[in-house]
Amino acid sequence: MNNMKVLMNGIVKENPTFVILLGMCPTLGTTSSAMNGFSMGLATTFVLACSNIAISALKNVIPDQVRIPGYIVVIAAFVTVVQMCMEAFVPALYASLGLFIPLIVVNCIVLGRAESFAAKNGIINSAFDGLGMGLGFTMALTILGTIREFIGTGKFFGTTVLPEEFGSLIFVLAPGAFIVLGYLIAIASKLRKA
Amino acid sequence: MDYILIFITAVFVNNIVLAQFLGICPFLGVSKKVDTAAGMGAAVTFVLTIATIVTYLVQKYVLDAFGLGYLQTISFILIIAALVQMVEIILKKVSPALYQALGVFLPLITTNCVILGVAILVIQKDYNLMQSIVFAISTAIGYSMALIIFATIREQLALTRVPDALKGTPIALITAGLLAMAFMGFSGVV
Repeated sequence: MNNMKVLMNGIVKENPTFVILLGMCPTLGTTSSAMNGFSMGLATTFVLACSNIAISALKNVIPDQVRIPGYIVVIAAFVTVVQMCMEAFVPALYASLGLFIPLIVVNCIVLGRAESFAAKNGIINSAFDGLGMGLGFTMALTILGTIREFIGTGKFFGTTVLPEEFGSLIFVLAPGAFIVLGYLIAIASKLRKA
Repeated sequence: MDYILIFITAVFVNNIVLAQFLGICPFLGVSKKVDTAAGMGAAVTFVLTIATIVTYLVQKYVLDAFGLGYLQTISFILIIAALVQMVEIILKKVSPALYQALGVFLPLITTNCVILGVAILVIQKDYNLMQSIVFAISTAIGYSMALIIFATIREQLALTRVPDALKGTPIALITAGLLAMAFMGFSGVV
């Protein structure tokens, strides 16, 4: 399979957020600003790519009956790596993403790709698949974060564009997350059909 | 008083789904009918309470005692996976009726982030065992409540006319947004 095609598949055709609707918790929970969404996306991308590579390499070693616990251990190991690195190097970001970093373990996208792609394909292909899915996820989170941040506070990646009074705070809070994501999915499915 | 405060905060003010965004996948996935929503709620309550007690004890007496804090994520998720499996086997033997009712939801629970989330939250909040149990049960009640309310609305929603593009998940998400807005009314209660 063509690596470029595998990469684009994750970003456009099977975008995890807009098309297959997986990993909704971090999508809603960490996108109160564009920067948070972007960093959460990158953390997930790292875990996805690494776990896909590791699982693809180990696919003949892990016995079939215990493959799910096996995959979860591999994923949890990479999540711990991300968690410790972020805590050490970017403590402010780690504090704002909080609980959602350890929760990458139970993000359905990661386990889903391990089971449906990495367990059946070669290492290089799996790496590209993980990267593509991760970038698709990052893109979705960044878009969602940008919209919420802009409508909510009038800022774009932390730089003030409109004065604060124009912002409607509800979009940064919980209800805004659901509503903006709802409309984005509707727009995405409309574009796909057209 | 302390326990009542934890209860009200977990059920209404910081509702796990509508304010903290945990467990959204089953929230959207099994909320088409009130029956299945209630079943999922019961299964989550059951597993969450047991899982929180076990992970709490493991954290305090194994991980903390031996300085293995960095193994928290790995050990918790394995404990939860094993526990779900065990609950399933025991229920099958002891109470076939209950197993019939909860059976299909149990495997889904391993990847429900509420369980792992609460297990980590009680450690972060530095609760003692009793507070953790109260927090776990209240969170589960809040979760079940949100799920059942949402399922009731969605049953009605299935009968209404919705613009084509918004059919399915988008309208469900917008409804959840309105529900979250309603729950914001509780902020400031505690």
